[in-house]
Formats: sequence, structure tokens, C-alpha cells
Amino acid sequence: MKPLKIAVCIKQVPNTEARLRVSRDGRWLDEEDLPFVINESDEYALEEGLQLAEKTGGEVVVLSLGPERVKEALRKTLALGAARAVHLSDPAFLGGDALATGRALAAAAERGGFDLVLTGSQSDDVGYGGTGSVLAGWLGWPHVWLVMGVELEESGTSVKVTREMESGVNEISRVALPAVLEIQAGINHPRYASLKGIMAAKKKEIAVQTPADLGLDAGQVGAAGSRLEIVSVAFPQSGAGAQMLDGDAKKAAAALVEKLQKEARVL
Amino acid sequence: MASRVWVVVQLRDGQVSRISWEAVAAAQRLAAVSGAGGGKAEAVVLGSGSAVAAAAADLAKADLAAVHTADHEALRAYTPGGWIGALAPALKEAQPAWVVFPHTYQSVDFVPRLAQTIGAGLLPEVTGFAESGGGLDSLEWTRPILGGKMQAKVRVKGEGTVLVSVQSGAFPADGVVTGGAAPVHPLSSGSADLAGLKPDREILGYEEVAGDQIDLTKADIILAVGRGIGGADKMGPVEELAKALGAEIGASRPVIDNGWLPRDRQIGSSGQTVAPKLYIAAGISGAIQHLVGMKGSTVVVAINKDPGAPIFTVAHYGIVGDLHEILPALTEAVRAAKG
Ligand SMILES: Cc1cc2nc3c(=O)[nH]c(=O)nc-3n(C[C@H](O)[C@H](O)[C@H](O)COP(=O)(O)OP(=O)(O)OC[C@H]3O[C@@H](n4cnc5c(N)ncnc54)[C@H](O)[C@@H]3O)c2cc1C
Ligand SMILES: Nc1ncnc2c1ncn2[C@@H]1O[C@H](COP(=O)(O)O)[C@@H](O)[C@H]1O
Repeated sequence: MKPLKIAVCIKQVPNTEARLRVSRDGRWLDEEDLPFVINESDEYALEEGLQLAEKTGGEVVVLSLGPERVKEALRKTLALGAARAVHLSDPAFLGGDALATGRALAAAAERGGFDLVLTGSQSDDVGYGGTGSVLAGWLGWPHVWLVMGVELEESGTSVKVTREMESGVNEISRVALPAVLEIQAGINHPRYASLKGIMAAKKKEIAVQTPADLGLDAGQVGAAGSRLEIVSVAFPQSGAGAQMLDGDAKKAAAALVEKLQKEARVL
Repeated sequence: MASRVWVVVQLRDGQVSRISWEAVAAAQRLAAVSGAGGGKAEAVVLGSGSAVAAAAADLAKADLAAVHTADHEALRAYTPGGWIGALAPALKEAQPAWVVFPHTYQSVDFVPRLAQTIGAGLLPEVTGFAESGGGLDSLEWTRPILGGKMQAKVRVKGEGTVLVSVQSGAFPADGVVTGGAAPVHPLSSGSADLAGLKPDREILGYEEVAGDQIDLTKADIILAVGRGIGGADKMGPVEELAKALGAEIGASRPVIDNGWLPRDRQIGSSGQTVAPKLYIAAGISGAIQHLVGMKGSTVVVAINKDPGAPIFTVAHYGIVGDLHEILPALTEAVRAAKG
């Protein structure tokens, strides 16, 4: 089996457990004091990449597009075992839709000589679910979205891929390499960083790339290269329709049981 | 004819799927705004064999300007290569302003790449649109962000076709305008030939996801837990309450992904679809992929520490607080009530 050179795309997204506030212009979140994490399905993509690289004696290179804070996420992936990282870092890259971001990532991936590009299935903030497929289109490689299993094949020229479908059925297919696989959460059990990994990460390289480095015009990426424009963001009306039961746990629980018995008649 | 509206439907068990009819409803509304084609949309159905003609005949009964069919052996099993190969030349030729798709796992698999292939815009998973000025250019679309915790209003800029997918439940299928007699004809792909279609993956087969032993659809009461439960070691009080209620235990996807419960307990778009008379969601935020699996429940109770959690928008009763306190209190209250 030939050593696989694998790119994993990771996006840093707001931790939705945190208190979210709308930014002053109303178009996005106020990012001050907002904690960020690695997108959930991207953590699974990274783990899948690391396992495939380990099995074949290959390596993982992590790609991320975003502002300066993204370096913290990249450092974490290096601690987990990625060999190097590439940061697409330029104000022109920011605010892109799936088409613009996919195009930029494709240009970066094209330069790496990869056998496989892994992405997450969907970002937990904007959730386009399309960046990896767009990337694949630019590379001219096959892609599969919502991957729940990757098996290396003897030939070394293809992989057997399990794609999740609705209603509890999986599609099994053979996909020629190089390919783009968009990994679904739950495919594996992501590892934790070791102290040794964290120390080793300090010496690993994070290369910075601008649109010019990738042979792209600033107008082809980021907000300028996008067809979508977020006009405003807002919280949905909370509790619309729900009867809220107040008081401490004991009081609320008693009130709920009474409602379920006497009003809803389901107990 | 720059503002034609198309809708690409998906077959399920040989028939136009329910969410595809929702996409037809959305396309009809868009076409009414655009006025093109006499205010009527055009539908496309892809596949192989008699199901295609049957679906086209069904679609033709809706008020549509035309139904286009692509029937070819290479479209027997879905692959992105086949679907994009059939649709890309036709869309390039017809240049509709909007192409509507149902937001399904299949659409998400090929539509973004179709957009990249034909240089179209991509607007995934919308829940609605409003005219904010006049005509199609001024449309303001709504879509969920941050797992449904917030909504974004989105506009499309620039020129050319936009591929838009509609979220399940956003455009009710009973809104489809019927009474049409749309002409059915083969999808025109210009000079391109369906015989040249190339699947980009070799389909080896389909398999049931292992471990579907527990049939949650039969349960009268389901106590479902989410990531907020915090770990496999926190399941004790959940089991106690389930026992007191006579409930089955269900879960959101992250609970399963983390290995806290087995996969056959998962509820949602990639798990089971349930409609018990009582559904209690504890520590579940209420992302759409979860909601589609339980919103048919008769009575929904939500327990969450975050009053802004979207689960409360589908709940009949809600308690804001720490589930680790509320679940044991509920167990006692249920036991007391049942005597
Ligand atoms: C293609 C696809 C398919 C998917 N299929 C499914 C599916 O079938 N089923 C499914 O469920 N999801 C599915 N998902 C995932 C879905 O998008 C959400 O990520 C998931 O439903 C969130 O699960 P959750 O609500 O448990 O976790 P979170 O969104 O993290 O929410 C946890 C909630 O717990 C609350 N909480 C935390 N601690 C406490 C406490 N002590 N007391 C009370 N409340 C607390 C928080 O306020 C929060 O609201 C799918 C996603 C994709 C992309
Ligand atoms: N800014 C980014 N940097 C790196 N990868 C990204 C970025 N945006 C999206 N991706 C990748 O594309 C996947 C799908 O994202 P999306 O299309 O936004 O739902 C994510 O899970 C990531 O793997």
C-alpha cells in the first residue's frame, strides 16, 4: 500500500454553547469574547485522515481558511498528529460562501500533491454542506458526501466508501483516487492530544497563503467571490407556543406531571 | 426567458418523494413571483425505466409549464456523475433563474458540485423567502444557521442561475397547485448525449445500518436525551425516569456518535422517525435533523438549560433548567402521581 498524502480541511466555528450576541451591524455574531472550536465533523475527518496516514505510512496536512484566530485550531491539529498546516490567511478570503471557500481551498489543495482530501460534512455555523464538493469540482476529482466508512483497497488506486442515506440505509461504492471525502460525525472516535504531541506541535510549520500565492484574484474568493450575502441574523422567537413551567426542579416537575395527566392526558 | 424556474424532483420507491412535492410547491411560488412561463415552473425527473414516465405523469397534474424527463440506464442508480452529467448541459442551455431541489442527502451530495460545474450560485437549505422590493432579484431568503439556534436572511447577488434547496417542512406539499396538464418531453441537453453519462463512483450495493433491533416507532412514550446529558456515566437517572414513565429511551445523534448509547436509539433524519403520544427531549438543542424525526409527536416536552434552544419552538411544555436536577425530580413526581 503506497503512503497516502492526505489533506484535511478544518473550519473554526463558534462554540454554540456560549452566549451568542448579534454583531452591531446585525449581519453576523459579535465575535468579541466568543469562544471558537474546531467544527465537529472536521474533528472526525482529521481522525480518519490520521488513521489512514498511519496505516499507509503517509502524512496529514491540515488546511484552514479564516482569520488569525484559526492558528489556534491549526496548532491543535498539529498536536493531534498532523505533519504540517496551511493557513489561508488574508482579509480577502473572509466571508465566502461554499463556492468561494471551496475554490480557495481547491487552489491550496492542488499545490500539495495529495491522494485524498477530507473535509467535514457540514459546518456548524453556516452549514452549507457544499464546500468539499465544490473543492472536488475544481480539482476534477470524485467526491462523496456524508461518509461513514472508508476502506483502503489492495490496489491502492481506490477506496471503498460508505455513504449514509436517509432511513437507515448506507450506500457502498468504490471511488478512484485521488478523491474528496466529506466525513460525517460518528465515523470514528477522535483521539485526544498527548503532552508529547502538544510539545511536538510547537516545532511544526504553519504556512501562510494569500490569494496571490494561490494564483487567485481577490475578487474570486471571500465575500467578493460569493453569490450569497448575509443581510441579517436573528434569534428565532423562543418558546413560541410552549407553556413554560417555572420554579425549582421539584415544583416544575410536579407542575409538568400534573399538566401531562390532566391537560394533555398522556400519562 | 431569463427568469424561468425549474424544480428537480427525487424519486423514492419509484414515486415523487414527499419533500420533492414540497420543492414543487416552492417552485410554483417562485414562478408566480417571476412571471416567466406564464407564472409556471418546470419540473425535471431523472431515473431509469417506467418509474420516470409514471412520475412525470404525476407531476404533469400539477400546475406546471412543462415536465422534462431523463430516462437512461446510467441513471438507474443515483450517482453525482450521472445526475450532473444529465442536468448540467440542460441547465446551461435553458439558463433558468432558479432551480429548486428538495434538501435531501442526495441533493447535498450533488447539487453543490452541479453549481460549481455550471458556474451557478448555491443557496442551500432555505426555509422561506420574501419579496423585499420587486421581482426575483429582491428576494430575501431565510435559512437556519448555528444548528437552528439562529436564522439568517440571505440575498443573492450577481448574475446567473441559482440552485436552491428547500428544507423539509418549509413549503408544505398541500400547497402544490394542481389542475394542470403540463406537456412531458425529454430533457433537452443540447448536443450532449445521455449515452455519454459517466458515474463517478462504482455502486457496490446498499446495506441496512446495523443494529436496528429496537423499534422506537412502537413506543407510546419516548424519553430522549441529547449531548446535554454529558456522558455515558450520567444515564442512571435517565433509566429511572424511563422506567417510571414506561418509556423507551431515545437520543440525538451526538449521544450515539460519542458512544454513550447504541445507534439503534438515534432519532432524526439519519435515525428513526417517531411519533409517540409523549416525547420528552432533555438536553437536546433541536437542530432540524433531530426535529424531522420527532415533530409528529402528539405532546412534546423540552427540558433545556438554554431558554433560547430551538427545541422550545416545537415543544408544548418546557422547563428551563439543569436536567440533572429535573430528571430525578420528575421521576419522583411521576412515581407520586402513579401512586
Ligand atoms: C447530515 C446530518 C444528519 C444528521 N442526523 C441527525 C439525526 O438523525 N439525529 C440527530 O439528533 N442529529 C442529527 N444530526 C446532528 C444535528 O445537526 C445536531 O448536531 C444534533 O441534533 C445536536 O444534538 P444535541 O441537541 O444533543 O446537541 P447540542 O446541539 O450540542 O445541544 C445540547 C443541548 O443541551 C443543553 N444542555 C447542556 N447541558 C444541559 C443541562 N445540564 N441541562 C439541560 N440542558 C443542557 C444545551 O443548552 C443544548 O441546547 C445530523 C447532522 C447532519 C449534518
Ligand atoms: N473556512 C474553511 N476552512 C477550511 N475548511 C472549511 C472551511 N469552510 C468549510 N470547510 C470545510 O468544508 C466542510 C463543509 O462546510 P460547509 O460547506 O460550510 O458546510 C467543513 O466541514 C470543512 O471541512
